[in-house]
Amino acid sequence: MYKPSQFTENPYFTTIPMQPAIIRAERVEKYYAQPSENRIQVISPTDLSITAGEIVALLGPSGSGKSTLLRMLTGLSTPSAGEVYWHEQPIATAKVNVSIVFQSFALFPWLSVLENVEAPLKARGMEAAERRKRSLKILATVGLDGFQAAYPKELSGGMRQRVGFARALVVEPEVLFMDEPFSALDVLTAENLRSELLELWQNKTIPTQAIFLVTHNIEEAVLLADRIIVLGRNPGHVRTDFRVSIQHPRDRKATAFTQLVDYIYKVLTQPDAQPPALPQTATGKRVRDQRAMHYQMLPHARPGGIAGLLELVLDHNGKDDIYRLADDLAFEIDDLLPIVDAAQLLGFLKVTEGDAEITPTGTEYANSEILRQKELFRNAAVQNVLLLRQIVRAIESKSDRSVPEEFFHDVLDEQFSEEETLRQLETAINWGRYAELFDFDASRRRFIQSEALHHESEAAPTAEIDA
Amino acid sequence: MRFPESFSNIPGRETFARSQVLQRSWPFVLDMCVAGIGLACFYGIVVIGRYWFGHATSEIVISQSPRALPLYAFYSVVRIGLAYLLSLVFAVGYGYVAAYNKRFEALMIAGLDILQSIPVLSFLPGVMLAMVALFPTRQIGVEMGAIVLIFTGQVWNMAFSFYSSIKSIPRELSEAASIYQFSRLQRLVQLELPYSAIGLVWNSMVSVAGGWFFLMACEMFVLGTRDFRLPGLGSYLQTAAGTGNYVAITWGLLTMIAIIVATDQLVWRPVIAWSDKFKFEQVESGSRVRSPLLHMLQHSRGLRSLREHTVVPLGEGVYRRLAEGRKDPAAETLAKATGTRAMRFRPSAVLRWGVLAVATVAVIYAAWEALALLREVHGSQVGEIFKGAAATFLRVNVSLVLAAAWTIPVGVAIGFNPRLARIAQPLAQIAASVPATALFPVLLLALVRLGGGMGIGSVALMLLGTQWYILFNVIAGAMAIPSDLKEVATLFHFTTVQRWKTVILPGIFPFLITGMVTASGGAWNASIIAEYFRLKNQTLQTVGLGAVISAATDSGQFQILLLATIVMATMVVTINRLVWRPLYRLAETRYKLG
Repeated sequence: MYKPSQFTENPYFTTIPMQPAIIRAERVEKYYAQPSENRIQVISPTDLSITAGEIVALLGPSGSGKSTLLRMLTGLSTPSAGEVYWHEQPIATAKVNVSIVFQSFALFPWLSVLENVEAPLKARGMEAAERRKRSLKILATVGLDGFQAAYPKELSGGMRQRVGFARALVVEPEVLFMDEPFSALDVLTAENLRSELLELWQNKTIPTQAIFLVTHNIEEAVLLADRIIVLGRNPGHVRTDFRVSIQHPRDRKATAFTQLVDYIYKVLTQPDAQPPALPQTATGKRVRDQRAMHYQMLPHARPGGIAGLLELVLDHNGKDDIYRLADDLAFEIDDLLPIVDAAQLLGFLKVTEGDAEITPTGTEYANSEILRQKELFRNAAVQNVLLLRQIVRAIESKSDRSVPEEFFHDVLDEQFSEEETLRQLETAINWGRYAELFDFDASRRRFIQSEALHHESEAAPTAEIDA
Repeated sequence: MRFPESFSNIPGRETFARSQVLQRSWPFVLDMCVAGIGLACFYGIVVIGRYWFGHATSEIVISQSPRALPLYAFYSVVRIGLAYLLSLVFAVGYGYVAAYNKRFEALMIAGLDILQSIPVLSFLPGVMLAMVALFPTRQIGVEMGAIVLIFTGQVWNMAFSFYSSIKSIPRELSEAASIYQFSRLQRLVQLELPYSAIGLVWNSMVSVAGGWFFLMACEMFVLGTRDFRLPGLGSYLQTAAGTGNYVAITWGLLTMIAIIVATDQLVWRPVIAWSDKFKFEQVESGSRVRSPLLHMLQHSRGLRSLREHTVVPLGEGVYRRLAEGRKDPAAETLAKATGTRAMRFRPSAVLRWGVLAVATVAVIYAAWEALALLREVHGSQVGEIFKGAAATFLRVNVSLVLAAAWTIPVGVAIGFNPRLARIAQPLAQIAASVPATALFPVLLLALVRLGGGMGIGSVALMLLGTQWYILFNVIAGAMAIPSDLKEVATLFHFTTVQRWKTVILPGIFPFLITGMVTASGGAWNASIIAEYFRLKNQTLQTVGLGAVISAATDSGQFQILLLATIVMATMVVTINRLVWRPLYRLAETRYKLG
């Protein structure tokens, strides 16, 4: 676990006091078994608890298993190992009272607003009159008076999420879970909803005991949470878990606020000082940690995005805080981090302590015209990315200069989940095509030699004289 | 205007609804309505039942008087309706089990895939004989045979649609249902059925159209001297054609068209308009089908009150019972958690495995016996079958090529010209909705007059049944080509050949393939009755697999019937796998627009 030792004396972070937990996860982990000996670890053993009276925010880059963790804590998904307790009783046998507010709202479009809110009560067998009374009351609470007969598709995004909140709150959940509830909304609507939620919570209008919020928006977490948990990825694990004691209402411009945002960026961009210990399965099979494996995980960034980021860093005099860059671009971490990672992987950017600094090759790349850029990218890719290097070699070694995609699919499948394998291949194809390392025949699903490369190798002697 | 009235003023209604229970004035009218509908249904059943059990005689006399037509039409509609209801229930059940039973899922889906592509009509002779043997009275056997056949013709695509709908329910929606502890019933009613409604509606329309095709074939089915006909529109048309009674033919066809137009207006349009609310969309789309009938039904106070007094309280009771049943979630979830392991030791599981084992043994035994039958087939008969298979194969492809040859240019012309489309499309729809099998006796009569034979006749019948699938798909494809692509072609002065090769043909390709697949299946189906037909006391036939199948049934040579059916099913499945599926995949990847 990442220990922010240099920050412990800071008055805004305090360690977590021990309290009886509503939900407690004990060494929960998630992995997918592979046909072979390996298994793909999504979340390494994690301890976590939610206690009464707090808003917990779970932050992390994509692929850190935020949503998976949320689903395990609610009992929707069973952990591969470990146990989740609801008031110290295993969650599978407990009478759990939780709700989830979903990113996509997850409203039933064929039911009216009122019917949507009534549905959970109906499932509990509540009498029709009582059901209606409660639903109307909660609709009034979230500001949806007069909309009960409307259908979700007639409402704006913000209104729809209000229905989502009403449906979640109508069952008076002990813990309210929220899975990126504001990320599908525009900035102003999200801001408005956030402050209303905070108001309901602080005035104790709702009987909810605790709120658990999954987000990739750092400012949102700092704005709302009493406690922030930051996850790292490959596999997902807790990087840091600390309490936020800034007074409400919180001011985004205040020093304490920006300091905390900067700190979280530092945690997110800094590679782990100590990777978590490799877990051992019950049967003694080795669990593979992705960092210890053959292929590095390609960040899903497009070459154009990398060039754009490098130019921006140059504009900021070659070095700047990542959160300031994100601010400039109005990007959230899920948008920016893959690009930063890709630039770092290719050796164009160096990241230390939340600061991004451009390297000499990076500077040259940003300042060159397109053909030279491709050449620099090609060199960097072959040097730093094993998968691309292997694809190029495989093509060269074949007499027909083509290799089926399936071959690399099978190789990657050993290491990544099916979904991730497909994304890795997509990124590799994207990068390879841009760098003219190879081309990809989509109808035959084969990697083939790039036309340009072919010509170049034929014209190699002249190229050498030119150089 | 969008709000259904029943929800528009809920706060005020709360008390109002209570007072309605005491108000006796118009529940009376309602009771009358309900009683009326109930009586009508009862009478319908009585009529059918009397006829089913009353006519034990083997000879069916089909009246040619136009006055008999309403009754015949009624019989036909009831047959279609029964078979459709059976299909709907079965499709939902099958799809549900396939989607949730991991053990049987793969098997059930593979089964669907094959059953969907087998030409059902090749079982017509066999099913008819089996049903007649199975049921005490001959007529009820034939009746059951017809229903079973229509059922097998229309159930598979509906089952597949329901299954794939369940499978594609967005994860968060199904998680919402789980976190709020929906019971299975509530899940089905509030999530699964609404989500799959649109797919089911469209597939139902296709299925019922296909049902008419099969029904007509069943109703006019005559093998040699054996008469399997059923009183209905199909037999009416066939008898009329057999005697050359043109007045009766005209009346029959008019009735047919009237029924189809009425079904479209009174059933499908309201259903489509109603299913609009199940569209899984985030924004409201502009155009939608309107139906005055649906408007009337939705705004009828009588019906709404009927619902409030019957369905609603009933539903409330069921939901309360279900919730009470789960009062102890601990025990339930515990049982669920350990359920998979405990299952194996429970007696019911033993019983289930026992049943499964017995069924497997029975299936293997039956299959073995059937194969043993094949040993009786002579070499020359095998040669005959393969000759017939080649002839039918050729005929099917000729009809496909002919259909494509005229529908592609016409379809593209219609698709590119909105004004033409407005005129042509409804006409084509009506033409297409008349089942080809209904027209067959008429067509054959004309061909015999003109001196054409069964060879031309069978190709013409196949063409009649299949060309519409291609035409509609080509029209849809041409309409889907973005106008900026067409503008590019104009801007750069593409030659006609270039325009067809680079814009039009690739643009309509996925649609064309979809149409051709359906058309090919339809053509194989049609071959059974197209190659062997009894008209005016004489049997017209030509060389073909369909003729072999029909003739074998006629003479009771089951081994030949079996072999020919196997050959036909194998050919169709093989062609689907080797030709259509790769083309389909190509269409899905390379030629997909957008």
